[in-house]
Amino acid sequence: MMTPDLPRDAQGQLPILAARDLRKAFGRVVAMDGADFDLYPGEILAVIGDNGAGKSSMISALAGAMRPDSGNIWLDGKPVRFASPMDAREAGVETVFQTLAMAPALTIVDNLFLGREYRKPGLQGAIFRTLDRRRMRAEARDHLSQLGLMTIQNIDQIVETLSGGQRQGVAVARACAFGSRVIILDEPTAALGVKETRKVLDLIRDVRERGIAIVLISHNMPNVFEIADRVHIHRLGRRIAQVRPSELSMSDAVAIMTGAMEPPEPDPKGYHHVQTG
Amino acid sequence: MPSDDASPLFSERAGFGRRTINVLNGNPTIIPMLVLVVGVLAFSLIVGERFLHPFNLSLVLQQVTVIGVLALAQTLIILTAGIDLSVGAIMVLSSIAMGHLSVQLGLPPALSLMIGIATGGVCGALNGIFITLLRLPPFIVTLGTWSIFNSVLQFWSNGQTIRQQEIAVDAPILQWTGTAVRAGAAQLTLGSLLMLGLALLLWYILNRTAYGRHIYAVGNDPTAARLSGINTRRVLFSVYVLAGLICGVAGWILIGRIGAVSPLGGATANLDSITAVVIGGTSLFGGRGSIAGTLMGALIVGLFRNGLALAGLDVLWQEFAIGILIIMAVGFDQWLRRISA
Repeated sequence: MMTPDLPRDAQGQLPILAARDLRKAFGRVVAMDGADFDLYPGEILAVIGDNGAGKSSMISALAGAMRPDSGNIWLDGKPVRFASPMDAREAGVETVFQTLAMAPALTIVDNLFLGREYRKPGLQGAIFRTLDRRRMRAEARDHLSQLGLMTIQNIDQIVETLSGGQRQGVAVARACAFGSRVIILDEPTAALGVKETRKVLDLIRDVRERGIAIVLISHNMPNVFEIADRVHIHRLGRRIAQVRPSELSMSDAVAIMTGAMEPPEPDPKGYHHVQTG
Repeated sequence: MPSDDASPLFSERAGFGRRTINVLNGNPTIIPMLVLVVGVLAFSLIVGERFLHPFNLSLVLQQVTVIGVLALAQTLIILTAGIDLSVGAIMVLSSIAMGHLSVQLGLPPALSLMIGIATGGVCGALNGIFITLLRLPPFIVTLGTWSIFNSVLQFWSNGQTIRQQEIAVDAPILQWTGTAVRAGAAQLTLGSLLMLGLALLLWYILNRTAYGRHIYAVGNDPTAARLSGINTRRVLFSVYVLAGLICGVAGWILIGRIGAVSPLGGATANLDSITAVVIGGTSLFGGRGSIAGTLMGALIVGLFRNGLALAGLDVLWQEFAIGILIIMAVGFDQWLRRISA
């Protein structure tokens, strides 16, 4: 494997999650054509791109949901190969899928711990496999209150009875709950109204405050420009630009995204100067 | 409105209607419980003393035991959004295995019993293989295996019934589930107690273990379950095996109930088990329902039949009433899904 020579940000930090030259073809359709990616600690990176630009494929590769044909991924400078979302999760990369991946008929606690339940200590857990419901409840309450999601909420309420924003909140809380260092959010506000969108954006900022780096995939340009520290623009299967929202207008970003405008600084291989906030 | 913006993401200002829906969604046994209570009250008013007599009520429990156990197996499967049309055939096949091996081949009765229950597990595994490995729809798979298991059991039993006396001599353990236990004026059978014990065990598994929560998750949203790290196919397969084993136990209880081993039992058992599950408030769409609901569903069917019979109505009207209950139960579930979506 090629030794990573990854670009540092303004603080001299190496990317927490990086990828080089990811390629993936589905038959004759090329989904990734040498895609690069850099995410730095503590930032919110928005990934934008037209439909079919291949950003979902890239995100799937980073999240372990899809294996690229070739290319490398580094987490904290170490090469990684995720065979499944579970692999990625264990390494500290959590993804909140657009569908949220929650079972609507189960409770908030059930969903927070789905697939990683705690069992009671001692024989009861070892032999009878009894769930430690008290511990899960307490921790669930903890996680929700840390993100300011806990007011009068009944933790045993089933997820289906929550509003779209609340569900997103629970999904984000779940992603934060297990010591993750990177959270990938796929269209977190797509299904939400204006007020709930606002609350979810606040929530994303809170998560950043906790030192977790965030990848935000969104079609909502005003959201992206409001909240992102940097914007990764994807086109025709690869990254064609990285910009700071303050340096570019929204319409220019869309123009670059759709190919109507040349990117301000092309992003060839070995491009080392990265603008970060 | 700034005041609204300041309100937290989690605030609850639901109206009475929405709150009611939330409660019903979170507690699927409320409706069958109500039906059960109203039914008991209505029949005790119409029929009077005879209906509420402990002996009569315990008789109903005996009558619903076989279907009740099958319905427990069916509940597991319907919770995964599947369906099993072969439960009755698996039960009879298991009972024939037990009877044939012990009475006709002279194997030790306890061993025959074990093999009989294991036969149920093998049948369930077969269903599970078709459904999880070949990814065929459960309805079609179990329609097919229902037919297959039926022919196998006809072949195995040679169409012959093993008589009560033979079993009593050669393998009395097979009739153990029919043993009566007196409790005051009530008369229970060990089979009924076995059903209650089994229900308790399944309740524990479904509600107090991770595996149980995974069964709900797989039925409710398989994609979400998979993305949460659950091996959905393994869960599905194991549920069909577990259901098969429970059907094997039902075969044992069937022998206790009728005394003999007959290839003819269980013709309507498949559908009766689904009836109990559905009336018990478990959703055919998966992920919602409970063991307690299923027990109530089985009891509702039994009590309605019993009450209507005591009230002097013909059997055909009992069937009529059960039909209405099924449609009401499914209609209610659909309605709840629609408004809470």
